[in-house]
Amino acid sequence: MDTQGYLNMELLRFTTAGSVDDGKSTLIGRLLYDSKSIFEDQLDEVKASSEKKGLQHVDLSLLTDGLRAEREQGITIDVAYRYFATPKRKFIIADTPGHIQYTRNMITGASTANLALILIDARKGVIEQTCRHSFIASLLKIPHLIVCVNKMDLVDYSEEVYNRIVDEYKKFASHLDVQDIEFVPISALHGDNVVDRSANMDWFKGSPLLNTLENVHIGSDWNHEDARFPVQYVIRPHTDEFHDYRGYAGRIAGGIFKPGDEIVALPSGFTSKIKSIATLDGALSEAFAPMSVCITLEDEIDISRGDMIVKRENQPEATQDVDAMLCWLNARSPQPNAKYFLKHTSNDARAVIKEINYKVDINTLNKLEDDKTVKMNDIFHARLRTTKPLFKDSYKRNRITGSLILIDEGTNETVAAGMIQ
Amino acid sequence: MEEMKSYQLSHLKELESESIFVIREVAAQFEKPALLFSGGKDSIVCFHLARKAFFPANIPFPLLHIDTGHNFRETLDYRDALIKKYNVQLLVGSVQESIDSGRVTEEKGFNASRNVLQTVTLLDTIEKYKFDACIGGARRDEEKARAKERFFSHRDEFGQWDPKNQRPELWNIFNGKKHIGEHFRVFPISNWTEMDVWQYILHEKIEMPSLYFTHERECFVRDGVIYAHENVIPLKPTEKAEKMQVRFRTIGDISCTGAVLSTANSVEEIVEEVAATRVTERGSRIDDKRSEAAMEDRKKSGYF
Repeated sequence: MDTQGYLNMELLRFTTAGSVDDGKSTLIGRLLYDSKSIFEDQLDEVKASSEKKGLQHVDLSLLTDGLRAEREQGITIDVAYRYFATPKRKFIIADTPGHIQYTRNMITGASTANLALILIDARKGVIEQTCRHSFIASLLKIPHLIVCVNKMDLVDYSEEVYNRIVDEYKKFASHLDVQDIEFVPISALHGDNVVDRSANMDWFKGSPLLNTLENVHIGSDWNHEDARFPVQYVIRPHTDEFHDYRGYAGRIAGGIFKPGDEIVALPSGFTSKIKSIATLDGALSEAFAPMSVCITLEDEIDISRGDMIVKRENQPEATQDVDAMLCWLNARSPQPNAKYFLKHTSNDARAVIKEINYKVDINTLNKLEDDKTVKMNDIFHARLRTTKPLFKDSYKRNRITGSLILIDEGTNETVAAGMIQ
Repeated sequence: MEEMKSYQLSHLKELESESIFVIREVAAQFEKPALLFSGGKDSIVCFHLARKAFFPANIPFPLLHIDTGHNFRETLDYRDALIKKYNVQLLVGSVQESIDSGRVTEEKGFNASRNVLQTVTLLDTIEKYKFDACIGGARRDEEKARAKERFFSHRDEFGQWDPKNQRPELWNIFNGKKHIGEHFRVFPISNWTEMDVWQYILHEKIEMPSLYFTHERECFVRDGVIYAHENVIPLKPTEKAEKMQVRFRTIGDISCTGAVLSTANSVEEIVEEVAATRVTERGSRIDDKRSEAAMEDRKKSGYF
């Protein structure tokens, strides 16, 4: 492999949701197999399992088998992460179950993705599950969607069927907040338009799936406009060489920082200038999201974990009243007036759910204003009151400073994921 | 026209940044963390990332080595040289001591290994030093049970992993809350592949143990695996040791690590070999071959 080329590769994280029989596992197996990311011993294992099940062909979907319970039941329960690479990009797939009872797992997989693959069975067209998966992608602000119309082999590779589904989907998607949608007709089982262009569908003028995955423009997926630096850890070496050194370690959550920049530390409001941006490999002349760096300032001011370094002219909103779309992740429903631990960037607070405004039917996108009983996997709009101000942006503007989680104070379980409005 | 500046990290830089974030999160959220260090490439990369995470300060936690007593001499030499060079604290949990004190019983037979025993030593050591988080170099691409692992992986008071009841992990917000007696395993390089690790070692010029490079060694073959001929694995009457040109693709203890025939003499050559290889790295790990769910079962009971 060309080493220099490897160092210039980009990383694309995508998510895919699916239930049994809709071809998700076969598609992932196909991508891994055709991109030569499957090793011989893995393939041997899959061959043996296929034979054990009495199958005539090698079932590529078995490549994504995980836990013992999943193998036994033939289902996906939890998010699994898969990896493959082409000379252009490295891909991380968050492979999630698709059934409504696993909405929380889909949301987890979607939270870190740049792109979502939506699978539609060509025989069935746009169904409830398509809407659900697309809504989750739009709720989690995944910047790119690729709609794969799968099982084209079972509809005679018909252009008419494909066009009808594309129209149907576009009509539905006009209600969603997604900017970039691509469509591709495929057969995951036979490999049509997955890696190689299909000879069975010469009417399709677009790119095969892998080509689109390799070329989607992901350069603007991070926020490079609003400078946000949540302080994660304070570095104080206490050595002779670095006696008075105080560095603020963290991962840039948005924007670009340079030495000399005039900054404000929140919540104190103290101002200073960036003295240096340090790394073990040397000082940097600028740093941007999502780099992990260590920032030193010209002045000695009091800053600790949970504080945020921003620029004077562009500050996040500081508030204790937070409106957010929440997904409930836990079997125990939210308790009235219960306090939860809240995590937002490196900041810890406590919060109560003040008000539940409405729930969303994630199959129809309808607002349910009368039924406010929240159960696991429900998505709802709520107002939180926090014990101290959060420095937040809207989730739409910044997925890092716009997201939060709630933790049960008794069980320590993560019970809710929130997208701040 | 002025050229548009590109604010896009390469994939290795993005992975590095993610890992550093996770390591710093451990130092911030836990009172007594440790870095599990085996002397293998993944823990070496974790150590390197930890140095980057806290520069210019030293790593604010000790290294913890679970010594099976069946380590290659080269691994221990490398470990000791590293400790000296970077002035970090090393703690050792000894499987031999666990055997001597009767905590565990040595396996018998030709395929006996201390791999399973070390779980007990690991958990005892965690309890002894009251570690509340152990950073490990496991990767999700290694094995199917590991594909489901979280970055912050919760362990109950028995050190058990409950794969069907894991905490959801969203964005980069990590929940390290726990009750007394529980701990976390944290995997900063979860999203790296074997190729990423070697490319990173190449790019960062990280010094590696000699076992990873080609050398001549007395070996023998059992069940298709090339073993080093050492005292801890006795030969069966039908087996014969001979000199072979080998290197190790993973480093565990002697009784469960297979060698590969190789002439790779540099990290560049290893990268080429990894790119061309058609077998997974754990294919030469005897510990994973005991059953289809060998790793899942060991992880549930508290293994690395």
